[in-house]
Amino acid sequence: MKPGRIVLLSMATAITLSSQNLAANTLIQNKGSDTLVNVAQAWAETYPSVNPEVAVAVSGGGSGTGIAAMINGTVDIANASRQMKKKELKKAKESGQDPVEHVVGFDALAVFIHKDNPAKELSFNQLGKIFGRGGDFTKWSDLGLSVPGCGSDKIVVVSRQNNSGTYAYFKKAVLKSAAKAGIIVKGSFRQGTLDMHGSKDVVDLVEKTPCAIGYSGLAYATDHLKLVCISKNDGDSCISPSVTTASDRSYPIARPLFMYTNGKPVGAIKGYLDWIHSVAGQCILKNKGYAPVHDVTCP
Amino acid sequence: MIRSSRQSAGNLPDINQRNAAWYIDKLVQYLVFLSGISAIVLIVGIFIFVTIEGLGFLFEDFSFREFFLSPWWEPTDDDEPTYGILALMAGTASVTGLAMLVAIPFSLGSAIYIAEFATGRKREYLKILIELLAAIPSVVWGFIGLTIMNPLIIDIFDVPVGLNILNAGIILGLMAAPIMTSISEDALKAVPDRYREAAEALGGTRWQVIYKTILPAAKNGLLGGVLLGVGRGFGETMAVLMATGHAINIPGSVFDSVRALTATIAAELGETAVGSPHYQALFTIGIFLFSITFIINLTADLIVRGIRKS
Repeated sequence: MKPGRIVLLSMATAITLSSQNLAANTLIQNKGSDTLVNVAQAWAETYPSVNPEVAVAVSGGGSGTGIAAMINGTVDIANASRQMKKKELKKAKESGQDPVEHVVGFDALAVFIHKDNPAKELSFNQLGKIFGRGGDFTKWSDLGLSVPGCGSDKIVVVSRQNNSGTYAYFKKAVLKSAAKAGIIVKGSFRQGTLDMHGSKDVVDLVEKTPCAIGYSGLAYATDHLKLVCISKNDGDSCISPSVTTASDRSYPIARPLFMYTNGKPVGAIKGYLDWIHSVAGQCILKNKGYAPVHDVTCP
Repeated sequence: MIRSSRQSAGNLPDINQRNAAWYIDKLVQYLVFLSGISAIVLIVGIFIFVTIEGLGFLFEDFSFREFFLSPWWEPTDDDEPTYGILALMAGTASVTGLAMLVAIPFSLGSAIYIAEFATGRKREYLKILIELLAAIPSVVWGFIGLTIMNPLIIDIFDVPVGLNILNAGIILGLMAAPIMTSISEDALKAVPDRYREAAEALGGTRWQVIYKTILPAAKNGLLGGVLLGVGRGFGETMAVLMATGHAINIPGSVFDSVRALTATIAAELGETAVGSPHYQALFTIGIFLFSITFIINLTADLIVRGIRKS
């Protein structure tokens, strides 16, 4: 939860700062999405060996945090796992900022269950009934399953705090689509979801809780979890989340990952973003479990 | 009079003379005055600040019905954001309620023991230990809830998740108990000894003396102590954030996860754009919390003062 995250982030920031070349004379402030924070960290750690003049300080906190910081003009690059909303763009313009969007990779949003859970595949409609407002799946037996270790049979729905980009994307991609199909009344989450403060907390909780189901970026998946195979329509063959299925966009809940700069990037920031889009930068992203923007062959 | 007599003494310094000592005297006078009224200035300042930040929401997006009667808190929805705090109020109220059920017997028991039974050293040690208990940081309590109580509750009650009302209620009860104990102990000590002597003279046993004479005589002070505990529970943030499970929910049992008003502000304020309706709505929750705790503490204070006078 929050305190754990703060400690983790400050440690992460400290490590990045300490690994910076002392000769660096330009500091890029980079903040936002928890989904992107690991790869942003890896980029920041490697970049000084490419350009020792530039140091990058990375912190997480969620897409909302990064975008809020961009609007308030306190970061150079904001990381986001969702697009900026119209309202946010308007707010940014009002405060004199001009956010420019850059797609830096793709991420498969995986649905996790406990490793003892016998479920294998779920469709968007079933996910809608589990996660959505007015959905009628509240027990695992409603799906015809009996989950070992889950005596109460209750589905424990694990979600994210409401300004997380992962939360917003899941809501838009899965719940709005289920609402359109008439499966649930409204394209939003049901009441009583446990709103975790970070992808890592979702993973930790689902690992420990046999009754639980949650979602997060694929890069956060561990061996102690089971990844659900997802189909967009009932009856379609399902697609498992992986870097490959995210790259070719066949996995139905894959989303672009963004970096926002204030105005068209120039100087050090331009150099950094160009390097991120280069083969070297994209290979770091791929190694962290995300899908690159263009085909790369990595060592 | 004094001044003139001193002046007439001649060899004493004139205290009207504006030397360094005079300036220091004046300076200290003003500094002490400023410290004296600082509490008032701060509380008024904070209230004004919170109100100004929340004002935009109160005038534009605020609907009394939605805010207090809707259980849906979805401030980030693109199409129609809803700002209902009913479920959050239910969360805060249920946790505080359970905390009081835990804390009242505990604190009343220890207050009676300290005030009526313990003597000498034992009594002093107990008082110091209870004050130490009050000094444990709330994040440490939250940590206990997260790492010790959570698996314990899962094991004992066979529920899927141990972060719930029961967990937070017990933690919060233990946090509120020390302050309730000290206030209750003061109230019991304030009962004059002649009450005890009279009751004992009538042949009352120790328990009869306490139950029939001392508790009724101290009831206002005890009530004030309980109310201060309630205020503590209402305002507590960190421990509640960590132990409740942070789920927007109108609870049906103590094993349901809930979310408190304070925890919502703590979790969301850092990540909203300054000045957005969401930001202002969080400040409106702040105004609401401030008003409630203000009323609770004021009532408690008036009750406690009431008995001191009589």
